[in-house]
Amino acid sequence: MSTAISTTEEVHAHGHDHDHDHEHEHHELGFIRKYIFSEDHKTIAKQYLISGILWAFIGGSLSIIFRLQLGFPDMSLEWLRPILGEWIDESGKLDKEFYLALVTMHGTIMVFFVLTAGLSGTFSNFLIPLQIGARDMASGFINMLSYWFFALSSVIMFSSLFIETGPASGGWVIYPPLSALPQAMPGSGLGMTLWLTSMALFIVSQLMGGINYICTIINLRTRGMTFTKMPLTIWSFFFTAVLGLLSFPVLLSAALLLIFDRSFGTSFYLSEIYIQGQALPNMGGSPILYQHLFWFLGHPEVYIVLLPALGMTSEVIATNARKPIFGYRAMIGSMMGITVLAFIVWAHHMFVTGMNPFLGSVFMFLTLIIAVPSAVKGFNYITTLWKGNIVFTPAMLFSIGLVSLFISGGVTGIILGNSALDINLHDTYFVVAHFHLVMGAASFFGLMAGVYHWFPKMFGRMMNKTAGYIHFWLTFVGVYAVFFPMHYTGIAGFPRRYYSFTALGNDGEAAFTDLNAFISVAAIITFSAQAIFFFNFFYSIFKGKRATQNPWKSNTLEWTTPIVPGHGNWEGEIPAVYRWPYDYSKPGAESDFIPQTVPHSATPESNLPEENDEIAKEKDIEGLLAAQNESYNR
Amino acid sequence: MKAETNSIEAPATRAVNPKIFTMWLFIVSIIMLFAAFTSAYLVRKAEGNWVEFQLPNLFWVSTVVLLLSSASMHFALLAAKKDQFNALRISISITFVLGLLFLILQYFGWVQLVEMNVYFVGNPSGSFVYVLSGLHGLHLISGLIVLIVALIAAFQMKINAKALTQIKICSTYWHFLDALWIYLFLFLVFNN
Repeated sequence: MSTAISTTEEVHAHGHDHDHDHEHEHHELGFIRKYIFSEDHKTIAKQYLISGILWAFIGGSLSIIFRLQLGFPDMSLEWLRPILGEWIDESGKLDKEFYLALVTMHGTIMVFFVLTAGLSGTFSNFLIPLQIGARDMASGFINMLSYWFFALSSVIMFSSLFIETGPASGGWVIYPPLSALPQAMPGSGLGMTLWLTSMALFIVSQLMGGINYICTIINLRTRGMTFTKMPLTIWSFFFTAVLGLLSFPVLLSAALLLIFDRSFGTSFYLSEIYIQGQALPNMGGSPILYQHLFWFLGHPEVYIVLLPALGMTSEVIATNARKPIFGYRAMIGSMMGITVLAFIVWAHHMFVTGMNPFLGSVFMFLTLIIAVPSAVKGFNYITTLWKGNIVFTPAMLFSIGLVSLFISGGVTGIILGNSALDINLHDTYFVVAHFHLVMGAASFFGLMAGVYHWFPKMFGRMMNKTAGYIHFWLTFVGVYAVFFPMHYTGIAGFPRRYYSFTALGNDGEAAFTDLNAFISVAAIITFSAQAIFFFNFFYSIFKGKRATQNPWKSNTLEWTTPIVPGHGNWEGEIPAVYRWPYDYSKPGAESDFIPQTVPHSATPESNLPEENDEIAKEKDIEGLLAAQNESYNR
Repeated sequence: MKAETNSIEAPATRAVNPKIFTMWLFIVSIIMLFAAFTSAYLVRKAEGNWVEFQLPNLFWVSTVVLLLSSASMHFALLAAKKDQFNALRISISITFVLGLLFLILQYFGWVQLVEMNVYFVGNPSGSFVYVLSGLHGLHLISGLIVLIVALIAAFQMKINAKALTQIKICSTYWHFLDALWIYLFLFLVFNN
């Protein structure tokens, strides 16, 4: 590539460059190395993004199929037979077992493949090197492996949709004994085996990715980029990676023990089970043990999904409100608080497993504490917007939408965190409404904000704004129309994952027929609206308006790279960083934004008194250039 | 370097090599994996219906063998620092042989367990011993592969006093596997 870096050239002259990565900058890579088995973080990010988008459409369409059953239980689904085949039974209804498979796969795909891999995989890969000023990830090779383990895991999960006994059906949490015994349901046969295989590979992929993100953020920041000058996006990716590194191995251990129970006959989770009058040989296992192990991942997973969205929202909101983020350090502190608390609240998913009520109240207490850092974040977003000079780009709308969803979904979390209230609401649609708003929709809005905001950097072109607005409003109104009514059905006692509600007391099914139909219609409209995004995205990659150097007038480092950054990201030196990334609308400054690369010595008119002290340090930052270049050539 | 004298955090003067740092993060994930298993062990044990049995005597022998291998690994690192290439190759080879011997002893430890009628399939108290020692064994096999790679590098003269990253990674990983086994073994001794 033409981005031959002058410093690399120098070192070549000295002859101690043994680093392979830098050899690549001097010749054009073949198609396979450039677009398929690429080690470039930007290409890997795009691979994650496009995989994530495809998965999102698969996961979304599964939900539409089961929403048809829930909203219109008497409808003939005969017209779906060309796609679903035998899963539509003789009477033209959805097969009951397949309904469970749909619910399970919708959850698995959305949580892991879309909102974990598609969100943090895309933006951690794309933004970490660009925003901290690094040429690439710490290990491009491990990064590439991470994507291809994910791809392999995706292929296995996808193939499980097409097997005769159907994919895994025990819910995305795959509680044993239901998931452990093939006799229990068809989906617990081959489908479950494929699920476990796929997830094991997925965990490996996430660990390799996370190790790389942490290592890159700590070791490869450019000169002057101290921790307190990092954009909040980077902080959020850092905490996300820490959460993943500490919790995914625990899911692996839970899955391994389940694999042993299923395939080798051990009794970790199984005990004293009779099937059709026949006693199983398994003795001494504990299904609750599985729940402990699963939720030790499962709860941090919620924040693995949400934190990157919150971090990107901070960035988008500050940029488009043309104001510094309110409470930068409070934002970091609250994310740190959420990260720590995420590990000590898992049993609030298990209030009704017969746990000791005293233990329940401890977990309830810890759970309710999460409201504090979450509220800090909520308030900081609102106070950043307050009296801002707001530019309503589609990314900004999705970010504000995220704040709205985060608050309205978070409030019900306080209700569900109460162990007494949870007895009534556990596994009802109230829970479904809660986590779809606070984690599902909020993270999805963060993902969309990220795509609209960084699309110009990814593809060098702009997405269509008008289509973005239509997409936003349909999605925003749609999401509330889908999930808000679910609070009512949940309080009325509708249990989640049920095929039909004919056995509900007090004639509950009849009373809520219209509301359930309404939810389904809203879901169909919201899902269809995503087609606007789909066409906008793929059309704009090839035919969008050309992007300018810094379309959002943003301060962060990625906008100092060429419009389409090549391998190595910056032509010539990596820029140095002198200030935090949120100098928007600074009093006294000529422009309403001052990029991180502008030294304080160049802006005497807008410096605060304490910032004048920073001027003395600028020489030191400059002095690090040689050492920084050296570090790339070791 | 200059930056260490002032307050600026200097990425370019990072104290840790990214490769070594990556390995430490990898070790953290392994620690979490085994922390999950040993906490699962405690949670399950607290629920009762727990069959007690003696750990195989051979586990004591294998532990000593693994400790010895850590010593020879340390000699390898010292040799590399002093550019003593023959000592380096011999120490890595001894470490490898001791590691292999450890695995063989673990296998015969399992045979002893079977003789005591403790099987992989049965009460979880026994299954856990197999899972913990088996997964540690799998990680040790990965350690053996790292050793072979280091040995090849030692023959190609790629490890020397000026290129210590590889042997440092190798020895840290090996010492970690040693420490991990001692933790698991003591855990089983005291919680059996």
